[in-house]
Amino acid sequence: MSQKVLDALQGKHGPALELVESQHGDEIAWIKRDHLVTVATWLRDDPAMLFDAPVFVTCIDRLDWRPLGAPASTHWSDASGKPRFEIAYQLRSHTHRHRLRLKIAVPEHDARCPSLAMVWPAFNWQERETFDMYGIRFESHPDLRRIYMYEEFVGYPLRKDYPKEKRQPLVRRDDLPVSTPRFGTKPEGGHR
Amino acid sequence: MGVEITTTRLEDAAKWAKQSLVERATNWGRKFSLFSYPFVTACCGMEFMSVAGPKYDLARFGAEFPRFSPRQSDLLMVVGTVTEKQGPALKRVFDQMAEPKFVIAFGVCASTGGFYQNYSTMPGCDQVIPVDVYIPGCPPRPEQVLDAVIMLMERIQSGRGHSQLRTKRDALIADQAADE
Repeated sequence: MSQKVLDALQGKHGPALELVESQHGDEIAWIKRDHLVTVATWLRDDPAMLFDAPVFVTCIDRLDWRPLGAPASTHWSDASGKPRFEIAYQLRSHTHRHRLRLKIAVPEHDARCPSLAMVWPAFNWQERETFDMYGIRFESHPDLRRIYMYEEFVGYPLRKDYPKEKRQPLVRRDDLPVSTPRFGTKPEGGHR
Repeated sequence: MGVEITTTRLEDAAKWAKQSLVERATNWGRKFSLFSYPFVTACCGMEFMSVAGPKYDLARFGAEFPRFSPRQSDLLMVVGTVTEKQGPALKRVFDQMAEPKFVIAFGVCASTGGFYQNYSTMPGCDQVIPVDVYIPGCPPRPEQVLDAVIMLMERIQSGRGHSQLRTKRDALIADQAADE
């Protein structure tokens, strides 16, 4: 659909690309982490690209994911050698009516990614959300704070290794017993 | 069977007789002038509007119209999902209400957390404040809400609301302390 965008990208920023692929009519460019801001600025400003509409940024946690047909012991990283997190930036151009998805692979031990909030200000809050839910540190983001959860919250709730029902209450009744066992919650589930 | 029911009624009658006339009159007045404060957080609010509207008409039971300050209200209606982040706000609203105060958990989310079993949702608003009547349903039918209001009114008349019981307990403790 937007193959010419990928071609132009490869011609101009070939060394910054890890891989390009197409999936269900969407073009995806895997970008090397250090080149992201350069590529993004070029995509915004080049008259043939003009990506003026940032759609979303999110993160994919590949912790337990495994490819189709792979034995149960293999995980995403074992099978493909790819790191745990993928950051996905979806872009769209109203002028040229084409779209592109940028993906950045982020390893778990070094969960950081350059921020595009300065390139497209609309990514500001969405990067904060991604940081809040997945703990990806966006470098040179103007205001990287939690956006949904409270400051007292420990951990990142949408990571696959966050316990499903672990709650971190801010306030509880003081006339209740210390733990109230409830249907469907595990004893170690974080109730106080 | 019949004997048991009669006995229960007799016990009720005995309790009724024990209540002083003043207390009975006060509670009678209280139950017909419930001023509600809707703590509406989610889709159950639509059903609350329908209950408060002319078709089901909560005003028939003396819960005339919602107040816009917890200071002026007797009945806190927790309508909808309460998240852990909202917990301090809910507790503060409850603390701001004047005694005696009553709480209805409106809908299954406010009662137990409903189908939200995750990191962000509080498993029922009774984790933070005492609740008098729980209404199940997602959302509850207006008839259920009216039923709950009638149950609450009976409870207020017999002095069994949470805050009424607490007041009595505190008075008893104070009496005992004075005796000693």
